[in-house]
Amino acid sequence: MEHIIAVTVENKFGVLSRIAGLFSGRGFNIESLSVAPTLDPSMSQMTIVTSGDERIIEQIVKQLNKLIDVIKVVDLNESDFVSRETALIKVHTRSEDRAEALRIADIFRANVIDSTPATYTIEVTGDPQKIEAIINLLQPLGIKELTRTGRVAVARESIRSAGVQAKKIARE
Amino acid sequence: MKLTGAEILIECLKREGVKTIFALPGGVVLKIFDMLYQQKDIEIILTRHEQGAGHMAEGYAKATGKAGVCLVTSGPGMTNVITALADAYMDSVPLVCFSGQVPTSLIGNDAFQEADNVGLSRPCTKYNFLVKDVNDLATTIKEAFYIATTGRPGPVLVDIPKDVSMAKADFSYPSSVSIRGYNPTYEGNKWQIKQAAEAITKAKKPILYVGGGVVFSGASQELLELAEMTQIPVDMTLMGLGAFPGEHPLSMGMMGMHGTYQANMAVHYSDLVIAVGARFDDRVTGKVSEFCPYAKIIHIDIDPTSIRKNINVDIPIVGDCKTVLREMNQILRATVNGEQKEFRKPWWDQIREWQQAHPLTYQQEKDGPIKPQLVVKRLYELTKDRDPIVSTDVGQHQMWAAQYFKLAKPNRWLTSGGLGTMGFGFPAAMGAQAAFRDRLVLCIAGDGSIQMNMQEMATAVVSKLPVKIIILNNRFHGMVRQWQDLFYEGRYASSYLDTTPDFVKLAEAYGAVGLRANKVGELDGVLKEAIATDKPVIVDVPTYPYENCYPMIPAGGCNHEMILEDPPELKKKQSQAGAVTPEEKDTVLTA
Repeated sequence: MEHIIAVTVENKFGVLSRIAGLFSGRGFNIESLSVAPTLDPSMSQMTIVTSGDERIIEQIVKQLNKLIDVIKVVDLNESDFVSRETALIKVHTRSEDRAEALRIADIFRANVIDSTPATYTIEVTGDPQKIEAIINLLQPLGIKELTRTGRVAVARESIRSAGVQAKKIARE
Repeated sequence: MKLTGAEILIECLKREGVKTIFALPGGVVLKIFDMLYQQKDIEIILTRHEQGAGHMAEGYAKATGKAGVCLVTSGPGMTNVITALADAYMDSVPLVCFSGQVPTSLIGNDAFQEADNVGLSRPCTKYNFLVKDVNDLATTIKEAFYIATTGRPGPVLVDIPKDVSMAKADFSYPSSVSIRGYNPTYEGNKWQIKQAAEAITKAKKPILYVGGGVVFSGASQELLELAEMTQIPVDMTLMGLGAFPGEHPLSMGMMGMHGTYQANMAVHYSDLVIAVGARFDDRVTGKVSEFCPYAKIIHIDIDPTSIRKNINVDIPIVGDCKTVLREMNQILRATVNGEQKEFRKPWWDQIREWQQAHPLTYQQEKDGPIKPQLVVKRLYELTKDRDPIVSTDVGQHQMWAAQYFKLAKPNRWLTSGGLGTMGFGFPAAMGAQAAFRDRLVLCIAGDGSIQMNMQEMATAVVSKLPVKIIILNNRFHGMVRQWQDLFYEGRYASSYLDTTPDFVKLAEAYGAVGLRANKVGELDGVLKEAIATDKPVIVDVPTYPYENCYPMIPAGGCNHEMILEDPPELKKKQSQAGAVTPEEKDTVLTA
């Protein structure tokens, strides 16, 4: 089963290779991995999409926790979460296709972020199904280049704790 | 006052209480060696190969319980020490290895003797550092020792570029360390410990399965108390030998692939397995799906990843063995009474039956070739009063040593378990001898494995490390030959070593003492002479080349299905071959 694991790590050189080495050395899957610094620049946030049965996921979480540069590991599948991915799609457009490309972009609430006489570069954000869908629709026009960020994810705030927080704020 | 990086390193080592380091110089570490040369507090054992330095540091660490320290140069120095780091990583040995690196300005330029030390060692160290700024050096070293010796111990590499060892910085040694991503758990979960204690009082057929974690956490006393109080038999893994007294009536001896019959039968038929500081290695479990099929499992280990890695556990307890056992004993002291002993009587009757049915055996003919088991047994009997430290290499001799050398205390047993590194034994013994100059240190080796790191005999002689090496010389890679006899129809592919060197002359060439026992009658005398010698000694004992090590659980087999002796067709072949030389026999057997 697919799991999304959020990992907070030290923001220093070599950490990415420790994580990648752990996955390759122990034969765990990585479907995607994205990483960027957090609000605190000494830390980075990684989102790792992986898959495996319960025992493997438990090992992945434990092994990640064992790494000294890893500060926090959360298996997001244990609760509710939201995830998004961004794709940049460079579409080859003949003059008769240009309107069609814009229409498709519009349906998916995607933006055209670069345009030349023969191409559009379209930016789209959403869940993987949405990205797959727009790619499928654009493919007949001719996709010149495609790059995807891999997923980023964050746990949903639980309704109850959000309620408590709202009350607290109201009281104050 | 400002100090150079090299001086800072030495100051840090002193503050960490390091008395001995194992080292081999090279271009980029010359500044450090120059500084070491000008001080007297730290002894430098100059090894002949970096792998030797690494294993010596391991032996030192295993015997003392403190971190072993080695220092190597960049490039080939580093690649040579990798085997020792990997070995230490598998067996959780606290080690701090300092490696030289080319100057920071040249890193990545394919400079002379450059290697990506941090990259090379990443999968075989607990952690590693590249120090790019001399101002970070002292903190890094403090962290390195902290990481190596706490939690589940392991090797840590500190890579020091040449310019960092020459640059100057203000020196201050941090008094404490705080790493936000590293907080090992020592205290076990109280509720889980209570559950475990309850399960122990209720179990009819419990067994303790103890590993190297007990040795490293110093929990032998607590283990002894637990076992005696509850009358539970104790199985030891290869790494756990010495954690519990080998001659104690509750000791079942070693378990696993070449474990004793009673140890393996007991774990298979038990209803409660209490694993302490062990990791359910495949050499212990055999076929995982049929490992202790009737038992509930309690697993105590400081490393959370060990738990449920290979096997499902009913009561997991993450924590330090000593702390957890102490707490468990406290609960049990209040609840244990004579009853358990009474209802466990059938279990003990069964165990004694197993013990009597298939004790460890071998047949020694009075005038026949010397059997390897006899050598280990006599060595044990002749030295046990002196509480020796024993190291081994890897192979048949290692298993016989594990079976017949019954250690009374922890930190006496130096062997390569996880990685199975041939060439480990001799340098490890030297490392232990460097820590304890007055103790008797024995190295039981095979003629195959001793030749991997034989060069360290020069170190032993020069540094006055009077290790006693006993070579069980069967002119084969014995364990390989055994597998070939059992599973490859006796085709001895690359297992026969043909002419081995004359080990007696070899010892003498190095300035050590060489002895040989050719007949059973000479054995005791030669061993006694070796023990009484105050120089490094090689005792060469030509042994019966076709002796196999039993019991044996074939790889992937079940623990209760042991091979206990040579299968009939093999016996027939062996007897046809008779008492001929290995060369002749080779032809006979393969014909």
